[in-house]
This record gives sequence, C-alpha cells and structure tokens, in this order.
Amino acid sequence: MEVCIKVNGRMITEQIEPDLLLIDFLRRHGCFSVKRGCETANCGLCTVLMDEIPVLSCSVLAARADGHKVETLEGLQKEAEDFIGFIAAQGADQCGFCNPGFVMNTIALLRENLEPTDDEIRAYLAGNLCRCSGYEGQLRGIRNYLNSREKKGDIDGTQEI
Amino acid sequence: MVTIQKYIRAKSLEEAYEQNQKRSSCIIGGMLWIKMQSRRIPTVIDLCDLGLDKIEENEEEFSIGAMVSLRQLELHEGLNEYTHGAVRNAVKDIVGVQFRNLATAGGSIWGRFGFSDVLTIFLVMDTYVELFHGGVIPLSEFVNRKQDRDILVRIIVKKTAGCFAYLSVRNQSTDFPVLACAAACVEGEYRLTVGARPARAMLLLDEEKLLHGGLDPDSVKAFARWASNRIPTGSNLRGSAEYRTRLVRVLTERLLKKLKEEQEWKSV
Repeated sequence: MEVCIKVNGRMITEQIEPDLLLIDFLRRHGCFSVKRGCETANCGLCTVLMDEIPVLSCSVLAARADGHKVETLEGLQKEAEDFIGFIAAQGADQCGFCNPGFVMNTIALLRENLEPTDDEIRAYLAGNLCRCSGYEGQLRGIRNYLNSREKKGDIDGTQEI
Repeated sequence: MVTIQKYIRAKSLEEAYEQNQKRSSCIIGGMLWIKMQSRRIPTVIDLCDLGLDKIEENEEEFSIGAMVSLRQLELHEGLNEYTHGAVRNAVKDIVGVQFRNLATAGGSIWGRFGFSDVLTIFLVMDTYVELFHGGVIPLSEFVNRKQDRDILVRIIVKKTAGCFAYLSVRNQSTDFPVLACAAACVEGEYRLTVGARPARAMLLLDEEKLLHGGLDPDSVKAFARWASNRIPTGSNLRGSAEYRTRLVRVLTERLLKKLKEEQEWKSV
C-alpha cells in the first residue's frame, strides 16, 4: 500500500507493508533519534510528534500516519537547543539513550504549557523512563531553563524554546 | 509480534461493520493492546477517518466517539466539571501522555479489560454504549456481554445529577492498578464500581440500603465492610486476593468520604 507522510517538513511517498510501524518507517528515512526501547509502549523512547501531539511511534502503524505530519528530533533541533544545555548541565543525560524521547516530550510539554509547575513537569514526563538518572536531574534542568527564561522576561509564547 | 496482511481505513461505519463480520478481521483502536499480542491478523480495520474522535456535549449528555483518546477525556473541561475531576483522576496515571494520546476510549471500553481504569469510571456513571448493530444499551449490560462482531461507535454519559469520586492503588505510578474503585451518588442512588479485582470491573448498588440515611461514619464503615464481602477478588503478581479485599474496604470508605465532601460543597 502507498502512504504519503510529511516527515520533518519533507513529503515522503512510499509503498509499505500494512504492518510497518511508524518507528521503522522513520528510521528507514534516517531519523535515528527515534529508538526502540521497551516494545511495550511504556518507555517513551520512540516519542515523536504527530500533528503536534506526542505519540509513541512504536505503537502507530505507518499506514495510520498516512496524510499526517510527523516531527522527530532531527527536525526540531533548533527548538531543543536552548533547554537541552540546561539538562546536560545537570548531568541528567548520562548514557543519553532516553534523551531524544525526553526532549521530544519536553518540547510537547512546553508548547502546551508555557509555565509548568514541577508537578506538571513530572506528570507530563511520567511516560519517559530513564534507567540512569532518577529523574531529578531532568527536572532541575527544565526548572533552571524555565527560571532563566523568566529572568529574561520572554515567556510570551512567541519565542522559540 | 503482530503481523498484518491488509489494512483498511474504513470510509463509513457500514463498510467497517461489513468488513468486521469476517472472523479474521479486527478493528484497531489505539493499537496498544493489539500490538502486545503475538498473532497474525489478515485484515485490520481502522476507524480513524470516521469523525469519531470528538466529545460532543449538550444539556443532557456527553457523546464520546470511540476514537476519542484518553488524553482528550483527561483534558475535557465539561466532563471533568460534571464528574468533579473523577474522569481525569481515572486516566491520569495510565502510562504517560504519549500513551494516552493513542489509547482510545472505545478500545478501552470494548476490550472490557480487567485492569481498566476507564471501564471502572464509566461504569459508575449513567453510561450507555452505542453499538452500530446492537443500538444503545446500558454499559452495565454491555460489560457482561461476550465480545461479538459489532462495532462500538460512541459512549454516552447522561448528565444525571450526581457526585463522583475515583481512587486507585498502584504499586508504582503509571503501572496497571492493583485495584481501581469509583463511587457515585446518582439521583440519590449510591453506586460503587471496583475494577482490577483483577477481573473486569463490576457494579455494586446499595441493595441493603445501608446508606439510605446518608453518609455518616457508621453507615460509611458498614457499607465499606459489606462491599468488601460482596466483591470477588483474585490474586496475580500485583497483589493477593486478601490484599485486594482489604483495599476494597479502605478505598470504599475514602471514596464515600470524598462523596460526602462533594455533596456538602454542592449544597453550599
């Protein structure tokens, strides 16, 4: 069957098998930030944005993504650039394997909620598992980023994250 | 691992129903449960183009399309105002936001899964399901039916005057619940649902009229004790039957206290 999916702004039309998963479609097209972790839809490693909404690409048929827009970290590096340094400064990305999923979901969080509380951050990122850090480093990193943005006075929703 | 031979994106409910009459076909909701299985599916039918991803609200009811995501339930203002946040509480611990953006209300109800928070909360409300062939029937009837080849189109929640509360116990946040409980007082009738027993959720009414005189410490304790004797529980790796039975009593007491607070708040 033929699908037409817009990946990071580039339209891709391709013949696929009906059971091809979105994660495999994306990796086939060079999006290696999208990784397979738990295979049980629990770890958040394979998070991508489909029509701006964070989803688990390991659980979406590529056939269902037909006609939709998909974004991976490869296409959102500029948006991630600012806050990823704050997370790295906390040593929160130790082995780094979970990082792309965390970053994608953090982008989704900050697009949805410009000033999340710590509890809102924890709740939103609960579906991203990390086996190194204990999560406090990520939380501190995001908090520091939000604080620095507040100091600059640019939380009007128009600036890039 | 699931293998799929043919994918059909249905253009109408008629087409979906027709295709689904073959035993080899399967309707996909969020794909999350199906994906965990190891089977070969000749044909999957996707309802994603049928406009069933909306929650419609009027003065009498909420009409929830089968493809509405759990995240939509979590964020819907009207539904959460009506249930005093009980719907949000029921779904907020289900894995993560990305998962809840995929998992569908229809898939959760159709599956009648033993672990389902969604079934537990909807069963406590004045809820009906609209089946393409079977018409509109109460969820309390649907929950005990065997799965057939029909299609769940919508979930209808009547805005019957009431108070609602939801609690679950989890060994770890985002895991399946060890026990899920919801309580309601709908038009003066007290209702309790218990899910993750670990069997599918069941509804218990106040048959002994223990709460007839209202919610006071004695009647709450008596009802909770009675409920824990009436709800069958079982053991699995998350908890023993004895532990679950004890939880039924504790959670029922807590839920009824929450209902009382809500009743008092509403009467102010």
